[in-house]
Amino acid sequence: MDRYIKAPISDEDAKSLRAGDYVYITGTIYTARDAAHKRMAEALAAGENLPIDMKNNIIYYMGPSPAREGRPIGSAGPTTASRMDKYAPDLLDLGLKGMIGKGKRSKAVIDGIVRNNAVYFAAVGGAGAILSQRIKSSEVIAYDDLGTEAIRKLEVEDFPVIVVIDSEGNNLYETAIKEYCAE
Amino acid sequence: MKEINVSVITENIKEMCIEANHFLTDDMKDVFNGAVDSEKSPLGKQVLNQLKENLSIAGTDMIPICQDTGMAVVFINVGQDVHLVGGDITEAINEGVRRGYVEGYLRKSVVKDPLIRDNTKDNTPAVIHYSIVPGDKVDITVAPKGFGSENMSRVFMLKPADGIEGVKEAILTAVKDAGPNACPPMVVGVGIGGTFEKCAYMAKKALTRDLNEESPVEYVRELEKEMLEKINKLGIGPGGLGGTNTALAINIETYPTHIAGLPVAVNICCHVNRHSHRVIG
Repeated sequence: MDRYIKAPISDEDAKSLRAGDYVYITGTIYTARDAAHKRMAEALAAGENLPIDMKNNIIYYMGPSPAREGRPIGSAGPTTASRMDKYAPDLLDLGLKGMIGKGKRSKAVIDGIVRNNAVYFAAVGGAGAILSQRIKSSEVIAYDDLGTEAIRKLEVEDFPVIVVIDSEGNNLYETAIKEYCAE
Repeated sequence: MKEINVSVITENIKEMCIEANHFLTDDMKDVFNGAVDSEKSPLGKQVLNQLKENLSIAGTDMIPICQDTGMAVVFINVGQDVHLVGGDITEAINEGVRRGYVEGYLRKSVVKDPLIRDNTKDNTPAVIHYSIVPGDKVDITVAPKGFGSENMSRVFMLKPADGIEGVKEAILTAVKDAGPNACPPMVVGVGIGGTFEKCAYMAKKALTRDLNEESPVEYVRELEKEMLEKINKLGIGPGGLGGTNTALAINIETYPTHIAGLPVAVNICCHVNRHSHRVIG
């Protein structure tokens, strides 16, 4: 079903979403990909604070292309989520409620999602131009030196995603493929 | 001997990097539209329609089709009657990539060292494949390659006894493992034969072959057709969210090989199979 939710995402919304739901997100989300996750993991290991509070927030695994003049951001589609699997369980335990990416997740991440009533969304890979137009503002808030991999705070409006793994551990990648497999 | 100044090559490479990242070739658009029409899954159809709209926005508003504007792969066939003047050809190609990615608002995704990982900030160097061919022209293909799908590509060193069934299994294994990570519907490039590096080169090159152009080898044409059907029965579908369009096309290239070997490379590309082709001279 189609759902419209606000970000940061409430505990109730996160818990009520089901694998297969088509969701439009409006509000504030944060970007982080490989290098930013590595740096956050190093900060945690050193007992330092993270540049963003994880609680009820959504991280979008994305590194944009540069913005043309007068635009908030360039092309802005999802990157492969599994490269962040090493880091995601710790962030989920710190309160992270949602992740947007594409592709499969590890068992440890799925366990972390269920344990924390969180949710994994997929945005459509390779739809960077259309997704760019749903981002109304973008501001680098940490790790500026990482360029496209810096942490950005995004204001999004009706940002389209699909629930792939819900808080009960249902996994759309597994169920949907079975439905159309004709081997 | 025809003289061609390398600055002409720089300018063309620059334009081709920008063009490839905003517009797909007509053969790609045709297979894509075919997928939109044939897709059985409602969610799959929704994904494909979103991608179709994405393509139109990319070209109209000049926003790259995908934020991963790739590592620039350049195939350059230099006619043996051409004399390249005005500088170092490799530097001229990289200068074209540099200008294309900086002036064209494309993402800089290249790190200087695979382990130290400092970004070169201009997307150079390109991966350049030179060939010397008859004639007095320079034939260039620029193929920006995204790594969501590149990471899911594979080389299989099969045994001769594995035969064509082994090849089929290798292709299906690579596609299944790639699944949703490679942004399906995919385009699959396959190289069979040669050596370890030759089959990988052929698989990459196969991705740039016009989808309307048939292989001259009969069994290859049949294999392409059979494998496309088999891949589309896997159920992976658009975005990996289930459906009947997992691949848009498969192109296979072959080359003689050693009596002891059967190398197979599968280079996976997402639906944004970008390449721009020009002939200079």
